[in-house]
Amino acid sequence: MLDDFMVRAALAGIGVAFAAAPLGCFVVWRRMAYFGDATAHAAILGVALSLAFSMSIFVGTMTVALLMALVVNVLSGRGYAMDTLLGVLAHSALAFGLVAVSFISGVRIDLMAYLFGDILAVSRLDLSIIWGGAALVVALIGWRWSALLTSTLNEDLAYASGINPKREQLVLTVALAITVAVAIKVVGVLLIAAMLIIPAAAARPLSRTPEGMAIAAGLIGILSAIIGLRAAYVLDTPAGPSIVCVAAITFVATSILKGLGHQR
Amino acid sequence: MSLIQVEDLTVRYGASTALSGVSLHVEPGEIVTIVGPNGSGKTSLLRAIIGAVKPVKGRVVHESGVKIGYVPQNLHIDETLPITVSRFLKLPSNVAAADISYALTQAGVPDLAKAQLSQLSGGQFQRVLLARAIIGNPDLLLLDEATQGLDQRGSASFYQQIETVRQNTGCAILMISHELHVVMSASDRVICLNGHVCCEGTPAVVASAPEYRALFGTGTGGALALYRHKHDHSHDHGDHNHDHTEAAE
Repeated sequence: MLDDFMVRAALAGIGVAFAAAPLGCFVVWRRMAYFGDATAHAAILGVALSLAFSMSIFVGTMTVALLMALVVNVLSGRGYAMDTLLGVLAHSALAFGLVAVSFISGVRIDLMAYLFGDILAVSRLDLSIIWGGAALVVALIGWRWSALLTSTLNEDLAYASGINPKREQLVLTVALAITVAVAIKVVGVLLIAAMLIIPAAAARPLSRTPEGMAIAAGLIGILSAIIGLRAAYVLDTPAGPSIVCVAAITFVATSILKGLGHQR
Repeated sequence: MSLIQVEDLTVRYGASTALSGVSLHVEPGEIVTIVGPNGSGKTSLLRAIIGAVKPVKGRVVHESGVKIGYVPQNLHIDETLPITVSRFLKLPSNVAAADISYALTQAGVPDLAKAQLSQLSGGQFQRVLLARAIIGNPDLLLLDEATQGLDQRGSASFYQQIETVRQNTGCAILMISHELHVVMSASDRVICLNGHVCCEGTPAVVASAPEYRALFGTGTGGALALYRHKHDHSHDHGDHNHDHTEAAE
């Protein structure tokens, strides 16, 4: 039945939007956009390794994404500017991943499915993993919310309040790795960062508090997933990119709204 | 017992030594100012006290149960982060609305609770940081160049605010400043830092100490005397201080 895979796709999109919203806000606030990109690009290496060792894709991508994030954490502040470091790691990981995939003979891999996602092929198992991962990310960020927010505002303020900002950074890193692993099926490696950043950025003009921004980002992400999927079905366009397009249009709309507000 | 006791503190960043063998203490209710040129380890010292940097040698002893309020220097709030003043004061843990309005009043900005943090002027923002630091009635306020970016009038009035807070709450204050002419006169003790403690004493003693003169020259001497009269709290060394700095001119 048509509804069935569309419903599964919609639920998958909603799950990703749900996790991406609060995490995406921190990515925006902490100017970690490129960090999200790097973690996501590394995931393609995870795909290659998963196939080579016939592991679950989720486990493989999450492991590599986590390793990537930890390497960045360790190397940052050691003589290279952050953007240089991320540029080197992200693109190396992507290149090594693509090369590694070519070595895997005998298995026919639809690389495009990992680069751009394959949301219409989401299975029941995928769905439970997506929702499990999303719930974990939201719970993790919800639990550490105040500490994360304080560390984001100022590291020394955090220390003075007895919070270790390095530990909070690690929490975000882990949440990012989980989100990447979960979102790879839905929007693919290349558009994960878009799902993190665009709903959060679109929510900014509508918000007065951090909590408000996270909730607005969640709603925008969920709406984008539903409308994007519907548009993809009607217009016969690729599903993942269509979702991102809807989010981008929302961003433009809220930016214009904000501009009008300033004129008044 | 001292509120905090810094013992033989040495802090290194990689190969460079920020502080070596620094010892100091702060007693209840006193104002201690740390002066020193750029790169003299002033900020490292405060960061070691709040636990943001681990010393390679020495230690910082807090009196048991001592509460510290911290006002950082030059906090930048990214415009992408929407947050109201009152939400900011509730971080990291919730605070009663009455306490928030009391702290804002103490800091001289009673009407800002609903304002967006990123929309505040420099002076308002520093006062909000002060309000956040005095929530929960700290025994000790740490201020790290809290008037950076304020003009002379703005910083003078900020320091008056701090004195008001001190009078109302009786907390001790340990602060760093470049603006010696305003700060030193209000201080009970001044510590001149340059990687190590160069000299220490009442404002008058430090202002006339050869170590201090070697670091800062004599140019601030006159200004110190000028501002001396603007502060109403009195110590018996006041006149002495005056004479000294007049002589320096």
